Amino acid sequence: MQHLKPCSRPLSHVCTWPRIDRSALLVTVGDKVGFLARERQVAPPGWNRWLVPPAALAIHLSIGQAYAWSVFKTPLEKSLGITGTQSALPFQLGIVMLGLSAAVLGTTVERRGPRWAMLMSLIAFCSGLLISAVGVWAGQYWVVVLGYGLVGGIGLGIGYISPVSTLIKWFPDRPGMATGIAIMGFGGGALIASPWSTSMLTAFGTTTSGIGKAFLVHGIAYAVFMSVGVLLIRLPSKEFTAEKAALLKDRPKANVGFNVSANNAIKTPQFWLLWVVLCFNVTAGIGILEKAAPMLVDFFKESSTPVAATAATGFVALLSAANMAGRFVWSSTSDIVGRKNIYRLYLGVGALLYLVLLTAGSTSTPLFVIAAMVILSFYGAGFATVPAYLRDLFGTYQVGAIHGRLLTAWSVAGVLGPLIVNAIADAGKKAGHVGPDLYATSFYIMIALLVVGFVANELIRPVDPRFHEPEAAGETGKPRAGDEATVAKWNEAEAADAAEKQDAEGVVKK
Amino acid sequence: MSSLQESRSSTLLLAGAWLWVGLPLAYGLYRLFLNAAKLFV
Repeated sequence: MQHLKPCSRPLSHVCTWPRIDRSALLVTVGDKVGFLARERQVAPPGWNRWLVPPAALAIHLSIGQAYAWSVFKTPLEKSLGITGTQSALPFQLGIVMLGLSAAVLGTTVERRGPRWAMLMSLIAFCSGLLISAVGVWAGQYWVVVLGYGLVGGIGLGIGYISPVSTLIKWFPDRPGMATGIAIMGFGGGALIASPWSTSMLTAFGTTTSGIGKAFLVHGIAYAVFMSVGVLLIRLPSKEFTAEKAALLKDRPKANVGFNVSANNAIKTPQFWLLWVVLCFNVTAGIGILEKAAPMLVDFFKESSTPVAATAATGFVALLSAANMAGRFVWSSTSDIVGRKNIYRLYLGVGALLYLVLLTAGSTSTPLFVIAAMVILSFYGAGFATVPAYLRDLFGTYQVGAIHGRLLTAWSVAGVLGPLIVNAIADAGKKAGHVGPDLYATSFYIMIALLVVGFVANELIRPVDPRFHEPEAAGETGKPRAGDEATVAKWNEAEAADAAEKQDAEGVVKK
Repeated sequence: MSSLQESRSSTLLLAGAWLWVGLPLAYGLYRLFLNAAKLFV
């Protein structure tokens, strides 16, 4: 960088402003953006990659609170005089916004880097809780819906995809295990929030004042908890390239030598086949999850050993445990047996287990419980393994953005699953059916969906090379610096953007 | 900073980070299994 010439007269009269070259500009832009600049997110030499999973968990354990929304439902209904349908709105809008923001903001999240994304997630999610506090205190329920559902939901979407794509980059040798850890955290978030929120409502009371205080404490506590994730998260450094080659030495199949952009990915049949796989796998899991407690009671109503309602609560808890464990166990197993094979297990064995429930479910409570637990473990595992499957098919370049777009399958399944089970159970009751007959039709539908998912999985083939990014296509088959290349590419793009904003004298306008 | 000190602070950071997320998760799992036990009572 040039320096000003020393002069005795005022600078404005005699000194010309130095031209700033491109490298200097990069430093200027980086300094202005501070610790959120992408180059500042790259790990220093010697950074332990096992610091990245707790960073991801700090975000996922927090945003997983959304699944414990039901704790607030009854207190809100009583204190604000709203209906059950109305009290479910913040959660429903939150899940819709999760899918939408992940799909729309996925590319920005990849470009800005995980620290920026996780900070935005923190701000949006915690603001949503704080806005809800104000809404409850003011007695304005629509503020709660917009705060928790709209603002908080954006935080859910950004926070869900960003840690996952970063973990994939750090664990090229075990992407399934890495994504399993993070997405297990999303399930774990509800386990923490549910008893914690209940205790808080007991302490503060279930009046508007008490609920508002609970939202306020949630907002502050989650901001502190998530900030550790923001501080810890790093992108892989150049130094990691050498280590990555060594890590992949024993797992040659784990290496992906090409990249596909998010825009190209949605043009491939592989993306849509995987969309069907995820959608139907999730729908099948929701089929049990939605009606777990009454289903267990109904199945054994006529038997010699009927199940009490309190025992059915225990059954729901066991299903949650299976859902969470499946995310880590099965997703980690996929690193050994391969993604296609593991989905054959989820979909094929899942369909067979539904058949077992239909034919022999009412004969033995342990058989029913175990079969349902395995189905639920496949449900959780379907979520956890899909980012690794995407990485195998499309590379790491924009895997977060592609994952975001795929999550629309979850939104559809979230509507489809409960709709099928509830509608059929209600129709069965009207027709005078009792016991297992109430669920027979919906179980047949779940089996059919799983079979369709199984066929879709079978049709998935490697992506046509014409969709590969040109600069990476030639590097297939040799160890490559994919992540570093991505960082360099984004940096170049940022520098080009900044250069456009530089005027003739080299002064940055904006 | 010596390499020994660096190694120690790196280990402490790693342990602290895992405890930060591990303790709440352990609490959640403990409450979950209390609930699950109802199935067998």
